[in-house]
Amino acid sequence: MEDTTKDYSHINGWGIDADPKNDPTYPMKRRTNEEHSGYSWERPPQQPINMEVLHSIERPNISAVFGTAMPPSGLSGMIRRFAFKHSENSYLHWLPLLLADRVNVVEGIIEDFKEGKAPNIFAEKGYPAEWKYEKGSLVTKMAVGAAVVGVAVLMFAGEKKRKKWFYNLMER
Amino acid sequence: MLAMNYRGPKRVRIDHKPMPEILHPEDAIVRVVRSCICGSDLHLYNGNVPDTRVGSTFGHEFVGVVEEIGPDVQKLKVGDKVIVPFNIACGKCAFCKQELYGNCHEANSQASAVGGIFGYSHTAGGYNGGQAEYVRVPYADVGPTVIPEGMDLDDAVMLTDVVPTGYQAAEMGGIQKGDTVVVFGAGPIGIMAAKCSWLFGAGRVIVIDKEEYRLEFARNYSQCEAYNFMEMDDPAVFVKKTTDWMGADVCIDAVGAEAAGNVLQTITGRKLLLQAGSATALHWAINSVKKGGIVSIVGVYGPTDNLVPIGNVVNKGITIRANQASVKRLLPRLIDHVMNGVIKPKQLITHRVPLEEVADAYRIFSDKLDNCIKPVLIPPSANM
Ligand SMILES: [Zn+2]
Ligand SMILES: [Zn+2]
Repeated sequence: MEDTTKDYSHINGWGIDADPKNDPTYPMKRRTNEEHSGYSWERPPQQPINMEVLHSIERPNISAVFGTAMPPSGLSGMIRRFAFKHSENSYLHWLPLLLADRVNVVEGIIEDFKEGKAPNIFAEKGYPAEWKYEKGSLVTKMAVGAAVVGVAVLMFAGEKKRKKWFYNLMER
Repeated sequence: MLAMNYRGPKRVRIDHKPMPEILHPEDAIVRVVRSCICGSDLHLYNGNVPDTRVGSTFGHEFVGVVEEIGPDVQKLKVGDKVIVPFNIACGKCAFCKQELYGNCHEANSQASAVGGIFGYSHTAGGYNGGQAEYVRVPYADVGPTVIPEGMDLDDAVMLTDVVPTGYQAAEMGGIQKGDTVVVFGAGPIGIMAAKCSWLFGAGRVIVIDKEEYRLEFARNYSQCEAYNFMEMDDPAVFVKKTTDWMGADVCIDAVGAEAAGNVLQTITGRKLLLQAGSATALHWAINSVKKGGIVSIVGVYGPTDNLVPIGNVVNKGITIRANQASVKRLLPRLIDHVMNGVIKPKQLITHRVPLEEVADAYRIFSDKLDNCIKPVLIPPSANM
């Protein structure tokens, strides 16, 4: 075999962390016999539970601290509660959560309007940056978007309008 | 305060949100001075991580100044400038005692498989993240580490995730002197993993990606060979050929769920979400490693099932090692390396963006516009 190993000692720090005993089970094997007794450590104090916190059925309780970003609410919240009746080992946990996320997006838009602001989706998608660095791709994206909207409009339009549109297209 | 606000797939904006509060005696409130967007944030941004709720603030890579501490916090004081590891860890549970700080059992109620992570969906605990002016930091005595005198804030922020994850990727590879290491993915983590492979004595380091500018960056920064898989018929054959048909001693998957390069994986993993992301890089790693070799995975995958060539793992006798980086365990060593100039992490930062322009920053990073490697967000209240 061709010897591709060269002298790399010029590379700053080469080999300084080399350890012939680098064991694949490190640091997992740094455990003590205590752990055989299970869920038995001295737990940190519990963060007061004054909101709805969903917890995995694969643990007996709510962790000592938890995040409070977005408690479950609305229809998406109902779907999430259903998901948390199933274990992390089940698609019935993960797929409903993904569905809830999509429902949540619509809820977010309704929420925005309720608060009297229309979401600026163009800005939220960062299109100004795309316009700056890659105009071509943005133009394509918009054209595809317009086509999709056009097709959707046609689907909802009446039979007559659809025919008219079709003939117009063929005439050209 | 200002904070990034997730509104749905590929939609984020900056909004005013209530100030975070001390909710637990071991909490601290940190005023953010630098926060990064991470490749793994893109899985959230694209709506691929289950239980990513609208209204959440992302950001697990940040450094800042301690503004307020809870009654039980002893090691930190107001005014300390701190590196905050991306994982939230209690320091007391069975896993923290084994230094598995990425696997703490007292920081995430919502899942038992993943620990608590700042700004990383409710599946990772439902915490608001650091792409904001202020953030609540639980277990303030465990994770946060005072930034040493003289360390650049841009270097410090890279110690929250990029450097430890890249380093642990190499460490988990069990690299022995002279080994050939192949890193799949030339994002910040892949570049750092390649760099750190030398510290473990690698004899040859190869990086594989599809973006020319990232390959060029990897060649310069990590002093490695770098190749474009778009120009290969098959990456596994390429690796075999260049290792005299033996395979690499160590393969590192630094890509995770957003992998390109395989249509079937892209459709099932990224579009239909039927598996936990597209496992293309993992396939390549398993199929490119030498028999008896080690595959090290730090790429982030979702929690659902994956189509992985497990048969090849058995037949080849591969050891697979994988984890979220145990940032706190590694910090002392890595701070030394940064202070001694062995690793210069801030060189990876290509974009400095005001927090207010977070939507543009996400677009630039996710679409790889303007040769972006790593963007850092700077809140208006940073003052440094
Ligand atoms: Zn990260
Ligand atoms: Zn713990």
